[in-house]
Amino acid sequence: MADKKKKGSLSLKSVLANNAVPIIFIALSAVAIPISGFSGTYLVQEMLTRLARNSFLVLSLLIPILAGMGLNFGMVLGAMAGQIGLIFVTDWAVAGVPGMMLAALIGMPIAILLGYICGAVLNKAKGREMVTSYILGFFINGVYQLIVLYTMGRIIPVHNPQLVLSRGYGIRNAINLTGLRHALDNLVPIRIASIDVPVATFIFIGIFCIFIVWFRNTKLGQDMRALGQDMKVAEEAGIPVERTRIIAIVISTVLACFGQIIFLQNIGTMNTYNSHDQAGMFAIAALLIGGASVSRATITNVFVGVMLFHLMFVVSPMAGKELIGQAQLGEYFRVFVSYGIIALALVLHAWRRMRERAEARRSLRGE
Amino acid sequence: MKDQITAFIEAAGWPRIIIALFLLSLFVAAPFVGVRIDASLSDTLVRVGMNGVLVLAMVPMIQSGCGLNFGLPLGIIAGLLGAVTSIQIGVRGGAGFLIAMCIAVPLAVVLGWFYGQLLNRVKGDEMMIATYVGFSSVALMCMAWLLLPYTSPTMIWGYGGSGLRTTISTEGFWLNVLSKHLNIQIGEFFYVPIGMFLFFALMVLLVWAFFRTKTGTAVTAVGSNPEFARASGIDVDSMRTISVILSTVLGAIGILVYEQSFGFIQLYMGPFYMAFPAVAAILLGGASVNKASMVNVVVGTFLFQGILTMTPSVINSVMQTDMSEVIRIIVSNGMILYALTRKVMVKR
Repeated sequence: MADKKKKGSLSLKSVLANNAVPIIFIALSAVAIPISGFSGTYLVQEMLTRLARNSFLVLSLLIPILAGMGLNFGMVLGAMAGQIGLIFVTDWAVAGVPGMMLAALIGMPIAILLGYICGAVLNKAKGREMVTSYILGFFINGVYQLIVLYTMGRIIPVHNPQLVLSRGYGIRNAINLTGLRHALDNLVPIRIASIDVPVATFIFIGIFCIFIVWFRNTKLGQDMRALGQDMKVAEEAGIPVERTRIIAIVISTVLACFGQIIFLQNIGTMNTYNSHDQAGMFAIAALLIGGASVSRATITNVFVGVMLFHLMFVVSPMAGKELIGQAQLGEYFRVFVSYGIIALALVLHAWRRMRERAEARRSLRGE
Repeated sequence: MKDQITAFIEAAGWPRIIIALFLLSLFVAAPFVGVRIDASLSDTLVRVGMNGVLVLAMVPMIQSGCGLNFGLPLGIIAGLLGAVTSIQIGVRGGAGFLIAMCIAVPLAVVLGWFYGQLLNRVKGDEMMIATYVGFSSVALMCMAWLLLPYTSPTMIWGYGGSGLRTTISTEGFWLNVLSKHLNIQIGEFFYVPIGMFLFFALMVLLVWAFFRTKTGTAVTAVGSNPEFARASGIDVDSMRTISVILSTVLGAIGILVYEQSFGFIQLYMGPFYMAFPAVAAILLGGASVNKASMVNVVVGTFLFQGILTMTPSVINSVMQTDMSEVIRIIVSNGMILYALTRKVMVKR
């Protein structure tokens, strides 16, 4: 009887704990929206644009979580691959949707290679995948800069003077993606009550969601789920652990590559040396705000998270300005929340895991 | 002979050998491309003095098994608060520096205690959480720097009349209070700030002595084998907390030493990435994720700062481009990556 009661309170607690983060954010937004004074139409338009822009990047995080590898901070590797594709496409002046597809085609082999490297490295660091993939992101960023800043235009042919720095080699810091801007977003132009809806992008994202649902039920997807639950048991059951983990990371990296291309076609300009850095952090923060944890994430988490995170993104500088008279304060608040939420989610996850371990020990002792 | 070399490479690890050889070749190449060796060496030494204590701040947490202290910004924030408060009070010279330290250290103890409590609840995931605790505390302080009621005109924005500036000069307050003592000047270019080195040496000695005490040994025992330590009656959690507090305090002192030589207090996003060079330096010196010594600190700081000093001047002269930033990124993160993937291999 007492046992049952304990279980009941635990499940209520866990329901609250699982949804605490989105609830806090809904409350925060509810306070900040009236203060900021933005109109409803403006906010809806912003949210639609940002959902189309960011969802794909966030979705790319799901598969490594399924495989029990935590948040894939290494997704910036894929973002870099996508950017390399975009640099070439811009150089060759291929515009529109064909340009995007070509960029994806160039980025994909690079993403597969980087994903393979990432997976192999993470296999050597089991149990601390997150910090390792995080540092790997920095490391590959160094290599990326080395290639883009010193070999492009000298060893790798890039000729467009709008891309190359005036010294004759190296890519400029900001690239104007004129030919690609809104290529996918405006493919099927629909306007509802003065709000532009990027239909084609949403269709693309929808297809991808179906892919994830399908993938989870394939043999490979089931293997990954088994891995995520217990690596040792999975290995004993004959699942090739290391290979499956590498595949999970490769898929994630390739998807991040596509995601970054979609993201940048919406933005329209590319910060050669910064765009990918933020991609990882924003995607992870958004996913966690949506109520995901390090070991469990759903498609709903993705969309709720992107909505809430970007609502705060739009609203908080304005709210800060109206409230205290300093937009900078709202800006810092936004940065604080993005990092704080990741910290909080990681702490909650680690805490829960430690409690579970302690409980398992206790049950072994027969208490 | 060959076996000895293989054994040495095995023990030191190839990334360290490559980096050490790279640094050596930079020093050898320097005179041929018109870079003065004495000036470079002197620069390197000054930087070693500046960064040494920050690198030292890694040791206690590594020793107690809390991993690499990516949460160093927390200690740095305590140091920064001490620094700006001491300037606000307006005491100049050594006394001002002492006041800064007297404010920073208790703050660091408090912050470190909370940080330690947090890390005790997340055993096994310390590093990732430390990184984000560091990041979010820096972002939180960004808001605080804007709002805290400091009034000294040397520190606040001229036009708004409130909010601290992004960089604050320590000139006229305690610039070079440690560095200017007993320094050796040979010729025009060679200069060694002995005062700063003595302070660094004192800190190293204190930490070294701490690890020889009963508590220090217990901390090391917790790091080597927590289960064994618990079985022999050591309170694992409180030993870990002690090490985290010590790391945070050293971080606070470290940033003050850094600032008195550098000449500026960097607020806002300044401390954001400061943990990474320190982590890379101690790993370069031969430390692993769970073991570090004083030798690692000194050797690592010298190697890492040597590369930072030498690459811009030498590589620029050779290739006419500034590749130092990229090399710094690759070297430091490559080193961290190596250490992170290494331990598991040894375990097998």
